[in-house]
Amino acid sequence: MSDASDPVARRASRNRWFLLTPALVVLTLAASGPLLVVMIYSFLTPGDYGGVVWKPSIDGWFSVLFQRDFFSEELTFADAHLSIFWRSIWLSLMTTIITFVIGFPTAYFIATRPANRRDTWMLLIIIPFWTNLLIRTFAVMELIRNEGTVNSLLIALGIIDQPIQMLFTDFAVLVGMAYVFLPLMVLPIYASMERMDFSLVEAGYDLYATRWRVLKNVILPLVKPGVIAGSILVFVPSLGAYVTPRVLGGGKQLMLGNLIELQFGQGRNWPLGAALSLTLLFIVTVALLFYVRAAGKEEGHHG
Amino acid sequence: MAKPFDIRRQTGFNAIAMACFVLLYLPIILLVIYSFNAGSSIAIWEGFSWRWYVSAWQNDQVQSATVRSLVLASCAAIFSTACAVPAALATTRQGSFKGHTFVFALINQPLMVPEIVTAVALLIVFAAVKVATGYTGFGYLILAHTAFCLPFAYMPIRARLQGMNLSLEQAGADLYGTPWRVFRHVTLPQLWPGILAGAMLAFVTSLDDVVITEFVKSAGQDTLPTYMLGQMRRVVTPEVNAISSALLAISVVMVMAFFFLSKTRK
Repeated sequence: MSDASDPVARRASRNRWFLLTPALVVLTLAASGPLLVVMIYSFLTPGDYGGVVWKPSIDGWFSVLFQRDFFSEELTFADAHLSIFWRSIWLSLMTTIITFVIGFPTAYFIATRPANRRDTWMLLIIIPFWTNLLIRTFAVMELIRNEGTVNSLLIALGIIDQPIQMLFTDFAVLVGMAYVFLPLMVLPIYASMERMDFSLVEAGYDLYATRWRVLKNVILPLVKPGVIAGSILVFVPSLGAYVTPRVLGGGKQLMLGNLIELQFGQGRNWPLGAALSLTLLFIVTVALLFYVRAAGKEEGHHG
Repeated sequence: MAKPFDIRRQTGFNAIAMACFVLLYLPIILLVIYSFNAGSSIAIWEGFSWRWYVSAWQNDQVQSATVRSLVLASCAAIFSTACAVPAALATTRQGSFKGHTFVFALINQPLMVPEIVTAVALLIVFAAVKVATGYTGFGYLILAHTAFCLPFAYMPIRARLQGMNLSLEQAGADLYGTPWRVFRHVTLPQLWPGILAGAMLAFVTSLDDVVITEFVKSAGQDTLPTYMLGQMRRVVTPEVNAISSALLAISVVMVMAFFFLSKTRK
């Protein structure tokens, strides 16, 4: 039937690719094509005023992890880059944990409401999700800046005399990322909780399990796919975050996204920027593959 | 009488959930409240006033950025939906086909690849094209936005198509309707809510974008979000709150409309 010699199948196939053409052209021009160009640029030599010189070089990739001493030509690890890598991964992991600790009970709360109310509760989670990320970051900034709401309140209550410097610290970036990415944790956990069979929970209690044991041994394993999906959905954009660390970290607490931008601005090292981008993409891909494997394994267990 | 044992209850969960909703909305609500502040502080309340809305409205930069944002979001929504409808038709009808994994990967790429990476990639390519052609206009932004809005336009349309009853289309074909007439008179009327939902998601996605716009725009092509990002480096006045609140209102209205639109199809 699906043989290419069959004229009907051939026409269907031609039709299909004809219909797909506009989308594929746009995406090739402005999504996947440029990504290939990034790969090429990462192997070129930086130009003096930004841009590249068409001379092959692996210096861009080399400087992702190493630096050569200016005088002694001695090779060392690029500490500045490594610390930014480390900070990005650490902050993203912490963001994932914080959003889980807050998001899991919230998803559970919504999933245990009467069926006709759940959509409304979910709408309350979805609205912030579709609200401009920059605006939400800005809202956090107003809250925690020196003359912001939190400090004003603490001073008015006489708890502190001097405002606590929260803005432009790792703490600020962490709070901001947890705030903006929280809905991404709640949505998938809720999706798998909604389908959960509560008679299994009841069976747990019939067997004299405590609430904690039911949570740990019955509910958590059942909604594990949602938890994994939520963690990936939070971890991946945290790792590539650019706006939140820029606004709340104030250009001091750099993350990978800001380090990449730097190479295209003041750094004037486009090949290094390209190599750093691909490194970020690589880490994200590994995280996604891990997710696909974990999700596949889960399905194997239950299916 | 003791309360009956509630198997759904988990100690502390309700409290955390309530705290979560408060935390989620408190910063946004404060931001909106201070947009009405009569004073120029974003933390000390000095009475109600519209002055920051007026001053934002009269600010030339804000005006042109608003127009640019709305034009860009409309173009991106129209073009990405126009690409997404045929793409969704091609991928939902007639089962799976050779290369469908590739097509899905391509369509979803903007969702998978970190925004900063896409932004850098577009910067590199468009910089080269700008040098080669001398064209520095609005087209780059429209193309970039159309591409990353495409998956958002595609998803609701595809979902709608998958939920549709094929027998009506078959009946149309049985009555000697040409494929175009069947599409025009049978498929399209049923597909409208999906198309509208997709276009709205694309519109909001484009309107909210900061990172890609920041990297792609030429000089003097600020959209509202990139204008605001620039302002945040300086001392912030409630004018930024006023702009934020207006943008917020647009997003909330769109999301609510989307929510009810997708509810009616059940």
